[in-house]
Amino acid sequence: MKANIVARGISTLSRNFLTGSYPLRAVAAHRVWNWPSLFSSFSSSSSVHGELQTQPSSSTRPALLPAESVNTSAGARVRQSMSASETAGERTVRHAFGNVLAFFILLLIGVLAFSIRLFSVIKYESVIHEFDPYFNYRVTQFLTKNGIYDFWNWFDDRTWVLNSLNIPLSVETVCVFTAPTFSAFASWATYFLTKEVKGPGAGLAAAALLGMVPSYISRSVAGSYDNEAVAIFALIFTFYLYIKTLNTGSLFYATFNAISYFYMVCSWGGYTFIINLIPMHVLLCIVTGRYSSRLYIAYAPLVVLGTLLAALVPVVGFNAVMTSEHFASFLVFIIIHVVALVYYIKGILSPRMFKVAVTLVLSVGIAVCCAVIAILIAVVASSPTKGWSGRSLSLLDPTYASKYIPIIASVSEHQPPTWPSYFMDINVLAFLVPAGIIACFLPLSDASSFVVLYIVTSVYFSGVMVRLMLVLAPAACIMSGIALSEAFDTLTGSIKFQLLGYSSVNSQAAAGDASPDSTSAQSNALKPDKSEETAKERTSKKSKKKEKEREKEKEQVDQSSVQPRAGRRLQVLPLEASIIGVFLLILLGAFYVVHCVWAAAEAYSAPSIVLTSQTQDGGLHVFDDFREAYAWLRHNTEVDDKVASWWDYGYQTTAMANRTVIVDNNTWNNTHIATVGTAMSSPEKAAWEIFNSLDVKYVLVVFGGLVGYPSDDINKFLWMVRIGGGVFPHIKEPDYLRDGQYRIDSQATPTMLNSLMYKLSYYRFVETDGKGFDRVRRTEIGKKYFKLTHFDEVFTTHHWMVRIYKLRPPKNRIRGKAKKSKSVRNSLIISWSKAFPKFNAVSDRLNPAENEFSINLKKDCKDQEEPLAVKRFLRFYKLLSQGSEVGLVGYILLQAIFRKVIPYRDVGKISRILQYCDILVYISVFCSRRESRIIEFVGL
Amino acid sequence: MARSPLILVALISLIPLLCHSFSPETPTGRRILVLVDDLAVKSSQSLYFKSLSSRGYELDFKLADDPKIALQRYGQYLYDGLVLFCPTVERFGGSIDQAAILDFVDSGHDLIIAADVQSSDLIREIATECGADFDEDPAAMVIDHINYAVSENEGDHTVIASDNLIKSDVILGSSKIEAPVLFQGIGHSLNPANSLVFKVLSASPATYSANPKSKLSSPPALTGSAISLVSVMQARNNARILISGSLSMFSNRFFRSGVQKAQSSTKHEKSGNEQFLTEISKWVFHERGHLKAVNVKHHKVGEEDEPAVYRIKDDLEYSVEIYEWSGSSWEPYVADDVQVQFYMMSPYVLKTLTSDKKGVYSTSFKVPDVYGVFQFKVEYEKLGYTTLSLSKQIPVRPFKHNEYERFIPAAYPYYGAAFSMMVGFFLFSFVHLYSK
Repeated sequence: MKANIVARGISTLSRNFLTGSYPLRAVAAHRVWNWPSLFSSFSSSSSVHGELQTQPSSSTRPALLPAESVNTSAGARVRQSMSASETAGERTVRHAFGNVLAFFILLLIGVLAFSIRLFSVIKYESVIHEFDPYFNYRVTQFLTKNGIYDFWNWFDDRTWVLNSLNIPLSVETVCVFTAPTFSAFASWATYFLTKEVKGPGAGLAAAALLGMVPSYISRSVAGSYDNEAVAIFALIFTFYLYIKTLNTGSLFYATFNAISYFYMVCSWGGYTFIINLIPMHVLLCIVTGRYSSRLYIAYAPLVVLGTLLAALVPVVGFNAVMTSEHFASFLVFIIIHVVALVYYIKGILSPRMFKVAVTLVLSVGIAVCCAVIAILIAVVASSPTKGWSGRSLSLLDPTYASKYIPIIASVSEHQPPTWPSYFMDINVLAFLVPAGIIACFLPLSDASSFVVLYIVTSVYFSGVMVRLMLVLAPAACIMSGIALSEAFDTLTGSIKFQLLGYSSVNSQAAAGDASPDSTSAQSNALKPDKSEETAKERTSKKSKKKEKEREKEKEQVDQSSVQPRAGRRLQVLPLEASIIGVFLLILLGAFYVVHCVWAAAEAYSAPSIVLTSQTQDGGLHVFDDFREAYAWLRHNTEVDDKVASWWDYGYQTTAMANRTVIVDNNTWNNTHIATVGTAMSSPEKAAWEIFNSLDVKYVLVVFGGLVGYPSDDINKFLWMVRIGGGVFPHIKEPDYLRDGQYRIDSQATPTMLNSLMYKLSYYRFVETDGKGFDRVRRTEIGKKYFKLTHFDEVFTTHHWMVRIYKLRPPKNRIRGKAKKSKSVRNSLIISWSKAFPKFNAVSDRLNPAENEFSINLKKDCKDQEEPLAVKRFLRFYKLLSQGSEVGLVGYILLQAIFRKVIPYRDVGKISRILQYCDILVYISVFCSRRESRIIEFVGL
Repeated sequence: MARSPLILVALISLIPLLCHSFSPETPTGRRILVLVDDLAVKSSQSLYFKSLSSRGYELDFKLADDPKIALQRYGQYLYDGLVLFCPTVERFGGSIDQAAILDFVDSGHDLIIAADVQSSDLIREIATECGADFDEDPAAMVIDHINYAVSENEGDHTVIASDNLIKSDVILGSSKIEAPVLFQGIGHSLNPANSLVFKVLSASPATYSANPKSKLSSPPALTGSAISLVSVMQARNNARILISGSLSMFSNRFFRSGVQKAQSSTKHEKSGNEQFLTEISKWVFHERGHLKAVNVKHHKVGEEDEPAVYRIKDDLEYSVEIYEWSGSSWEPYVADDVQVQFYMMSPYVLKTLTSDKKGVYSTSFKVPDVYGVFQFKVEYEKLGYTTLSLSKQIPVRPFKHNEYERFIPAAYPYYGAAFSMMVGFFLFSFVHLYSK
């Protein structure tokens, strides 16, 4: 109940937020924006001279505030209009009012971003979902200096400071709330970035969108103590500083940018995205002739300082200058210097001299370049992966991973996303992005071209790996923020214009008349506005169209889109169309908010370690098996004991059970993972030997067959086979597939049924319901009754989700050979082959579909593969001679039949009740012979 | 009230005695249960039993089918060793059965099994569980027409004089057994893949196992040196088992009789049985070859305290003290083949420890240039000695970022270049700005 109330509270809050404050902001902005046209119309009508006077002031402003050189932004326009207004006092008041409003909106966005991520804490408890700081201690102590190592030092310092200030905060609490805090930071960073691109209006819209974009929520709910949550903030902030530097040309921001880049390198491996995207943008700027000294200042210090700083991060180290991911930045670094030199020379030489110099340099330069490139190619080609690491290669070539590196492909978040996941993760933003791109092109500035490049590359990358949706989300938010802001600008502007315009038709007409008559400077100043306005119409049309497709209200769109064309001359839309447009945009925003709140509350808040399900009567059923198992390990095993499990559970085991694992989520050692994969796919004995050589004491498997938990080890098993087979070729994937199908029922291959993973998952499973029905695979398991020879089940959690097995110690004694006299065996084989011809007839009567064994046996008979059939028979005989349960039951049944205690026709029933179908087959064979002599032999 | 201090004093004086009987430090158990078919064995094998009791063992003779016998009471074992001189028993009395005996072994106690011709399935089964397979034919005996003992010859050449002894000082003592050992009984074979069991007294290549009373219709199942006459087994928990195919080799008659091998002129006044069986029972009851390792220490060279973590390329010293039980006290164990491994998945370092002859084994080596969780491992398995398996876990970390060399000699040209560049740039800017 509490959760519901809070959820509703948050959703209403956020809904109010969008529906209430947004138009308010847009209206506020537009109220100001509307002034210039009025003022200019007044001034132009009064005197052209006055208009000319205002012109310099508006053109000096970008010079004074280079940050706002993008004079198409709403904010710039606000200020322009203010500069145009006569009274400086009024300007300051408006400025201050806008700033305060923006500040409070940002504060609220921060609160929203933080609070929307608290569902997990409210619904569950304050736990760290993914992994624990204890792990980082262990890792820093034992294994490696991780990429997050420096971040960690900083973090520990902070908790220490908090403790010294007597604020009762545990490390865990801090960890739980780190991600929401950073997502608030991230939304602020988005505001600044978008503000640099398209003004504060777009910035606020983008920040609000990012504050609750589901894709980012999925990585940053309270308790998901993952470095991506921090990294996205670092990413956006780095981009902001880059754009800021680009706009201002300030060396201060450039230095700060390098430091921010360093922070990103510390926190996430995704920093390579930055170090490739920024060079791409620089190259784009150079190619399109936008080279400027600001570009140089933005880029050169970043490369030099950024590379130096990145090399300080232990996990990157010399990779910062050795791997191909960084080559692009160096290449562009060289190019930008060449270009800078060319520009410089061009400045000091006469055009003719310059031409001569160019031809001279080119002819020599090309020769040198060819040589250098040849050497580079040779060096790069000599390394096996061509200098690219596997993860990056799989980005460029989506099929690379599945072809060569199963360990990368095995991770579900490295798979290409499906279409629904786009709608799930960025929802309506997907429709707004194209509109935002168009808005960015009108006009194209350095900053907006960067954002366009960002969205294009991130869309591509997100199409390769679902995990990189996270990188797409900020870009989509920025674009949608721009689109929304522009659309609101246009629509509310025209509403305002219409309302005020009808009351003062004269001034409006004068404005319309005046503009063509005004000076060239005036028309130049207005032209961008015109073209922008048409763009706005188009964007709003586009966004509305898309939205209409969902709502199936096409007629209204046509109406609203036809009408503005008539009023284009006035740069405004008709009142009705504008109102409808605003209404529809608000509706769109509302959908987005509702979806985000739902995603935050339902889809992404569940900690992976505690699962819940709705029972039929609406109650909540909690599966806390993971923590149960980890607690068991922590309390019942020795401190030095090693636990083997598939690597997904490595971090959790280290952190929550405090036990050493063989492989963990840090997949740096492919061989170790392959070894565990091989062990899991091997028969019991081989697996025991592998684990024993690794000093493993316990094996942990996750099994969802009882409660229907789909991401269990059986479903991951094929990846274990593939990864194991990648290193140890004796593990072959086809051995585990029946006709290319992965199945665990009676049709499964013997290799599959004998693999350790199968056995550990399904050991004693049939005891739960008597049939062994797997709820995940929705089938009855193939092999139901078996015993483990080298492992002991030590713990199985309440819902059977985690099963822990202990390796049996080697036998204290080694038994001598159990010898049997050969004569008995020979006679049995002879009698079996005599019985052979009659077998088919008998087994047909016995419902042979009962199990795999009888079918195979029948097949063997049909194929006349006598030796195989004989082998199967001997296996039974072996069971019998070892006094095993199956053998014993078979023996008793045989005795009963031949002493006529039970009639022959009841045998099938009995053995079916006893679930020993193997016996059924053998008994039927015996009975078909009706020869007591065999029975005597078996009776031995 | 005055009496209680007295009782206390009495109890305190008893403490050393009690401590002695429960001490885990002394691997040699003192209480031995001997199960016999009939009590005549007690007198016919008295020399052997006397040698045991003279070394301090308390022998408890019981008939194998005595309904009162038990190996344990209230979860505590009553005996430290078990001697089965009852080859024909079909079923034990009391609470003893095959499983009880195997549990007795699996909990670390010693066992001597003497089978004979016409051994029961029970005894055979126990032997099989311990890794020795007796000839399946119950009437079969080991026959050797070449190496039979002349003095005991009854025409069927079943009394064998064998001197194919295992060459191990720790099992058979340091003084050489000169005279051949007399043997009459059933042979057994061992699985060559079984690493726990080994032959102590093996047959000559001319031996075979068959029923001497009947004619051979088919080739004998066991022939030649595949036949083991006396075997020992050391379980993984260091329990020791002696399996003999002959009860009579323990007898006073064989102990005392002179021996002369066929086709050999040397005649020994006394057979080697007494020396052989005495020495081997010393081994079985842990008076020899029982090792313990204590005081595993490792530290960096030049330091004394054991660190929590090593760094790659650290020099470290490792030492362990190994002692051998002499039957009454722990003596330093002297050998030159004890090795230590520095192990993570596979051994990265394998070094032979040097002994100072006082039981301390030590070595020093450099930590490999690989970081991870390593183990110091000593896996000492030597024939006749108990297995030493020590492992101690220790993490190894890489260099901290401030532990790298600050100035690399090879990089001096680059330092020079960098600094000259700085100076040059400064001069250049100075000249550029202030010239003219």
